[in-house]
This record gives sequence, structure tokens and C-alpha cells, in this order.
Amino acid sequence: MSTQLRGARPQAAIDVEGAGARVVLSGDWTLSVLNPRCVDIRRQLEAASGAPAWDLAGVSRLDSFGALLLWRAWGRRRPPQLVLPEALESVFGRLADLGDASLPVEPPYRFLDATAHLGRLLLGLVRHLGHFVVLVGQLLLDLLYLLRNREHWPVREMSANFYKVGVKAMPVTALVGFLIGVVMSYLSALQLRAFGADTFIVNILGLGIIRELGPVLVSVLVAGRSGSAMTAQLGVMRVTEEIDALTTMGVSRYVRLVLPKVVALTLAMPLLTLWGSSVAIFGGMVSAYVQLDMSFDYFLNALPRAVPVANLVIGLVKGAVFGLLIALVACHFGLRVKPNTESLSANTTASVVTSITVVILVDAVFAIVTRTIGLPYR
Amino acid sequence: MNAARNTLPVELKGLSTRFGSTWVHRNIDLAVPVGEVVALVGGSGTGKTTLLRQMVGLLRPAEGEVRLFGEPLFAGSRAEQLARRRRFGMLFQQGALFSALNVFANVAFPLREFGVSDEAMLRDLVLLKLAMVELGPEVALRMPAELSGGMIKRVALARALALEPELLLLDEPTAGLDPDRSAGFVRLIRALQKALGLTVVLVTHDLDTLAALATRVAVLSEGRILAFGPLDEIMTVQDPFIERFFHSERSQAALARGRSEI
Repeated sequence: MSTQLRGARPQAAIDVEGAGARVVLSGDWTLSVLNPRCVDIRRQLEAASGAPAWDLAGVSRLDSFGALLLWRAWGRRRPPQLVLPEALESVFGRLADLGDASLPVEPPYRFLDATAHLGRLLLGLVRHLGHFVVLVGQLLLDLLYLLRNREHWPVREMSANFYKVGVKAMPVTALVGFLIGVVMSYLSALQLRAFGADTFIVNILGLGIIRELGPVLVSVLVAGRSGSAMTAQLGVMRVTEEIDALTTMGVSRYVRLVLPKVVALTLAMPLLTLWGSSVAIFGGMVSAYVQLDMSFDYFLNALPRAVPVANLVIGLVKGAVFGLLIALVACHFGLRVKPNTESLSANTTASVVTSITVVILVDAVFAIVTRTIGLPYR
Repeated sequence: MNAARNTLPVELKGLSTRFGSTWVHRNIDLAVPVGEVVALVGGSGTGKTTLLRQMVGLLRPAEGEVRLFGEPLFAGSRAEQLARRRRFGMLFQQGALFSALNVFANVAFPLREFGVSDEAMLRDLVLLKLAMVELGPEVALRMPAELSGGMIKRVALARALALEPELLLLDEPTAGLDPDRSAGFVRLIRALQKALGLTVVLVTHDLDTLAALATRVAVLSEGRILAFGPLDEIMTVQDPFIERFFHSERSQAALARGRSEI
């Protein structure tokens, strides 16, 4: 249609008469007609720009794009002799009113700006830590209040959150756990068989998964799945002023929104860890049966002997602590979202990255603190 | 020139809309002539905004057809549909500015999409559009989150006008503005409509706006167009809805206020 339309409309044309003294324009001078031929038209205008007399009587249509092209060719003022139909007067009037208006200039980037930028980053980090401490402190105060006022516990929200972050995360945790168990068992079996140390597969899988891999793996999954959802939900509620609405009704955002998420994830994570580790060990068992011909019976009997029960406790405690941290970080970033899409996406990304980093850092601390507990061969 | 000028910018033919099992519109016919400002009015839930969204193709009617500039809205190849879409602009109720882009980039967006790539030209065009909606260059680098409600509407209007459309659709143009700003915005739309020779279709609850802007009014009631014509003609139609909508004391005062602004 566009080609037909352009065919039906008279094309913009420039005729120079009297050896460059007079320029006659005709046809449509509109965006849709001019833009495809912009370079060509501008060259012709440039060549004719010195002419004192311009005749626009033949122009059938002129929009602000066409007018601007002419205005720039004339050097931002009317030429001495201009034939302009009455109908086109207003377009040039607006251009003349615009004058030499230009965009506000942003100051150039200088060396000191880099220092200032670094300083701002550092101050931003300090501010983040400050807000985080305020969040934790507020939650503790709210917990004290709730201990005295039992009827205000947000039990329904906790239950709903528990279902959302715990029960609904079970399938994906099982799938990933099973596959990791199979892969770990398969690779270890290849090595162990070369040394004739087949039975140690139980030690490797049991210790590795229950104490270390299970909690960390589930944390990474939950941070990506539930942590990001928490941040986004709080963020959207900030954008749509729902949190402000809650505050005006006298409902504390910490009690109603943050606390249920934190409590639910702290309770759900040890259970998810148990579930994920169990399925991972099951995957390892299946693989050991296929690769090393090791019966399920033998594996299950050897497991308690190879892995002292302290490891299970460490794994579950880690799960609870990681859950607490993920929920706190997610809520912290969710409450910092500003009402625009950019801020929402930036905070959701920051939430996931930060919670995974924090989980791995805290895991290292756990490894050092519990180094004397639950390891049979030292 | 006249052949193009005589085709109807918007034409609805036998249009019916259904949400679930309820019919919102039944067999609606409406023809919007060139250069007119047509206001769609009706009680809440009569599907005024739905009708507007169908005109721009955001919703598809269950039956019937929407024709823009003499052709069915969804006719032709992708390029032809795109060319048709560039002939109208829409102002959304909340402005719908892209919140990740600043004011300048918002207004420049449709121009860049169209293929205007010369930065100096683009800068002048955007500043011109902003000047048309009475905004100075100092707001150009602000983000939408830093603008007041009235400024958001103005920037959104500048963006809707960026490609020099022939047809402008306005969804509740004065909703959420205080009376003073609302009167100013109506004056601005009126001036631009006259200067650019636009055809305008608007949805409004606000009788001030209606009286000041509309050259024709379409009254939606019970799923059909109850009446279509100049405001004075509509006022004489005998109907309970029109009675309640236009003849209450509050309405009369608002209409008088709107008329005095013209």
C-alpha cells in the first residue's frame, strides 16, 4: 500500500530557476514521502540553499519534518523573498518560536568523576548494609510484638508462602537432585573401580550430598525460583502503591509481607534440603547399581556407617540458615524497587546474584566452623 | 488530494463484542468523518474503551469489521498494515510512556522506528514536538518517573503526534488531572487539532471536556449506539440514559463550563 500511496501522492520536487536565484518547490513534503529519499533531497537543498527567492506555492502538503528540512537548509531563518501559502504559515511560526533551543548538555566525563563514581558505589554498599540491618531489626521488633500479641500472627500468609516456596518447588528439586546424583555417582564409579575401591562410593555420595551439595544445590534453585519471585512481587506492589495502601490501613509491611516469606522459607528449606538430598542419593544408588552392581540393600546399610548423623544435622541447619538469608535478601531488594521497569529488573537480578553469593560465602564459613564435626576419616 | 480526504478515517460496520457469554456490543455502526472530533460517551461498563481498543487493533471484535482510512484494519501484508498503523496515534489513559527511556527517547522512539536516523534532525524534531505540547527542552532528559501527571500526558501526546498522524485516539485524556490542568490540556488538544487538521476520537467521562472538544457525540447504551450527532442534537433525544447523563444539574453546570472554554 505504501508504494501505491506514494505513487498516488505528488512527489516532493525542487526546481532551480534563473541560475540559482529562485527555487520552486512542489509536491508533498511529508515524513512518509521524504524519509526514504532524505539524503538525496538534502543534497539538492544544500546546493540550492544560497538562493534568495523561494516559492512554496506549489507544495500540496507540508508537515513538521519537511518544514524542518527547509528551515535547516535556510540556516534557521526565512529567506529574503519567500512565497508562502497562508495554510503553511503556522508550521514555520512554530519553528521560528523554537529558535535555537537545544538539549541541556550533560557535563563531560572527567578523571575525578571516576573517583566520585567509586565513592558513590562504596556509599551505596554502606547504604545497602544499613537498610539490611534496619530490615532485620524491624523484623526482630515485630517478632517481639507478635510474641505478646498472638492473634496478630500472619498464619494464613505463612501457610500460603510455605506452599508456594516449599511444596511447589519439590518437582524441580527432585529432578535436578536425581540427575546430579546420577552424574556424581557415574563419574566417581569410573575412578573408584580403577583402584578397586568400589565400596567407597557410599562415603563419597553420602558425605558429599548430605553435608555439602544438597543444601547448596537446593539454595541455588530456591534463590532463582522463589527469591526472584519474592523480589518481583514486592517490587510490583511498590510500583502499584499496594504497599502504601497497606500502610495507610495500619498494616505493617514487615508483619504482613516480609515476615511470612522469611518464616516460610526458613521452615521450608530444611525440608526441601532433606527431600533434594534423598532424591540425589537415590539417583546415586541407581547409578551405582547399574555401574558397580552394588545392591540397594548394601548401599542403604553402609550409608549410616559411612556418614555419621551429625552430617545430616549440619545439612539441615545449613538449609534453614540459607533459607533465612535468601528470603531476607529477596525482601531487602524488593522493598528498594522504584516505580519503573528498569529498577524492577535491576533489583530482581541483584537479589538473585546477591543471595547466591551470600549462600556460598556462608557455606564457606560453615565449612570452617564445622571442620571437626562428623568427618569419620581425619 | 480530495479523494484521499473523503475516505472515512474510522468506520465500524456491524461490530459486535462478546466477553465470555455476555454481549458488550451488538451490531454497532459508526462512521467518523475527516476533521471531526468524535466523543464516545456512556455509562461505565458499556465498553467505550473496548471500542477504542478495537479501532486500533488491540482487541478483535467477535463479529463485524473495523475499517481505517477506507480499508479493513488487518488487510494486506505486514508492510501495508504497518503503513496504516503509522497514520494514527493513540494517547493512553496513564500515558504509557516507556519508563526505562527518558522523555527525549520516548518521543524519538516512533521516529527512530520509522527510520529517521540523522541525530541532529531527530533532536530538532523532538524539541519541536515538545514545544507543540508546550514543554521546554529542559524536560527532555528527565525520566517519566520524575514527571507530574499532566506532564506525562503532554509527553505521551507528543509521542502520539511524532509521526504526523491523521487520526488521534484519546482514552480519557483528562482523567487524573486537576480542573485547571484539565482545561489547559483540552485547550492544547483543541489547538493542535485545528492546526494539524486532525481527526480525533476520544472516550471521556468528563462533560467539561466533552463540551469543549467534541464536534459530534456518540452515546453508547445497552450495547448499541443510542445517538450520534452534534451535542445540541443529542441533548434533545428523549431517553432515560441521556436524561440522567446530560440533564442533571451537575451535568448542566459542567457543560456550560466546557462551552465557555471554546
